[in-house]
Amino acid sequence: MNLSVSLPGLQLKNPIMPASGCFGFGKEFAQFYSLSDLGAVILKAATGEKRFGNPTPRVAEAASGMLNAIGLQNPGVDSIITDEIPFLKEQDVPLIANVAGSTVEEYEEVAEKISAHVDALELNISCPNVKEGGVQFGTDPELAKEVTRRVVQASRVPVYVKLSPNITDIVQMAKAVEEAGAHGLSMINTLTAMRIDPKTRKPVIANQTGGLSGAAIKPVSIRMIHQVYKEVNLPIIGMGGIESSEDVIEYLLAGASAVAIGSANFKNPLICKEIMDALPQTLQKYGFSSVQEAIGGAHHEQTAASILRA
Amino acid sequence: MKREFMKILEHTSIANDTYRLLLEGEMVQDIVDPGQFVHVQISDDFYLRRPVSICDYNRSEGTMTLLYKVMGKGTDALTKKEAGGFLDVLGPGGQGFPLPGDEQTHALLIGGGIGVPPLYNLAKQLNDKGIRVTSVLGFQTKADAFLIEEFESFGEVYVSTNDGTLGTKGFVTDVLSQLESVHDTYYACGPTVMLKAVMDQLEEVPGYISMEERMGCGIGACFACVIESRDDKGYKRICCDGPVFDAKEVVLS
Repeated sequence: MNLSVSLPGLQLKNPIMPASGCFGFGKEFAQFYSLSDLGAVILKAATGEKRFGNPTPRVAEAASGMLNAIGLQNPGVDSIITDEIPFLKEQDVPLIANVAGSTVEEYEEVAEKISAHVDALELNISCPNVKEGGVQFGTDPELAKEVTRRVVQASRVPVYVKLSPNITDIVQMAKAVEEAGAHGLSMINTLTAMRIDPKTRKPVIANQTGGLSGAAIKPVSIRMIHQVYKEVNLPIIGMGGIESSEDVIEYLLAGASAVAIGSANFKNPLICKEIMDALPQTLQKYGFSSVQEAIGGAHHEQTAASILRA
Repeated sequence: MKREFMKILEHTSIANDTYRLLLEGEMVQDIVDPGQFVHVQISDDFYLRRPVSICDYNRSEGTMTLLYKVMGKGTDALTKKEAGGFLDVLGPGGQGFPLPGDEQTHALLIGGGIGVPPLYNLAKQLNDKGIRVTSVLGFQTKADAFLIEEFESFGEVYVSTNDGTLGTKGFVTDVLSQLESVHDTYYACGPTVMLKAVMDQLEEVPGYISMEERMGCGIGACFACVIESRDDKGYKRICCDGPVFDAKEVVLS
């Protein structure tokens, strides 16, 4: 079974990668399996200076999912380059750095610095949990276009823009960043959400709102990827609630070329490995002989609906 | 750390909403210190694991004891697990209580509610080393109290309850203010508000505190359970740098 996928800047041996913020900088997961098995690793977000993040509690559970409001805690781009990336470099796995900031200048600075050490960037204009920057760039197409254009210029490697689902028209946003020179898309970030504890009458998360992730958001992501695939000519890394190789097939069919696994890593630290191992058989079950063949499959299916493939 | 489906040997109610699980598995051999925890997956319906401290363990029998309190839907669902079944456990996690050196002779243990269990194996090990153990255990009410007799086998025990139905009426800090301060080290585990009060009251005494917090991954990758620290880095992760900290290294708010 051919699992390989070729994307701008990335030769993936398989389409599975851990999502940003759910995998730290990899060290903690290396005790469970070899990181070199992964298609790629997406690093935790980097900002210009170190950030402490939000007060705790930072996570809460929801039906088929969870909320988080970490607040982009990270040691800052310079420390990530010196202290975290060398370990990942030894693992023989493509690296995607997640770039965040409060201003366009900060995004540019981080992109310029970190792009010398990784294979691609994921431009984070969709974090719902920080007061400045983040999602404000991801909800206004003009701002998104501007920050994408400047980061693409500053970066030495291809730039995948991570889109926010907290908008009305995802296609408009995808087209805006395509026009600005993005090399790919990463879809989707979390949905802004809240839980309230009846005992305290207060939001469970100290930041009040948090980003909803997990199986609950998978249909939202599938719908958005399906819409964008039709209208935009950029490869898509799909994410949102993936927990099994069957979920991966659904993402590929919607139009994703690769996928990232996020909060499921918390349930089971071995989840990426287990999905990679199960993928060949699941592809075969649905009549595919490669990953490539499944990408966008829902858009070109011509067979009558009554004929099941598996 | 490893992920293991541990066998449930016993599962019993020991106090109001409080349960005792006896688990068997290879993971027990990896436990280093008293005060470490395991991250329990209750079922596929729950997206986050539940961190539970290790109350006691027995290497030769390959067993560990967990005590937990029903706090919500997840822990309520956990009560339905039966002996003979298996539990998805990730662990052992974190850094436990460091055992004192030879210069220490008298340890003060302070536990609040479901913060009491991780002190149990510590008390046992301190006692084995010939260190005098004084325990102060606080509960909401008499029906919530547990492990008192067990701690009594290691030394003096003082109990407080919020409503006065058992021991001193009030908080553990009310007991502490009446104690003669002959102890040279303290070890505390309980809600953050209790830990802060204890740290303020025992400022002059070297001590260790074990923190509780909502966790995500439980292995140090997600940064859900951080706490401010006094070092240059500025933070510690409760799941892997803790849950036990030197009282001087962290800032409680």
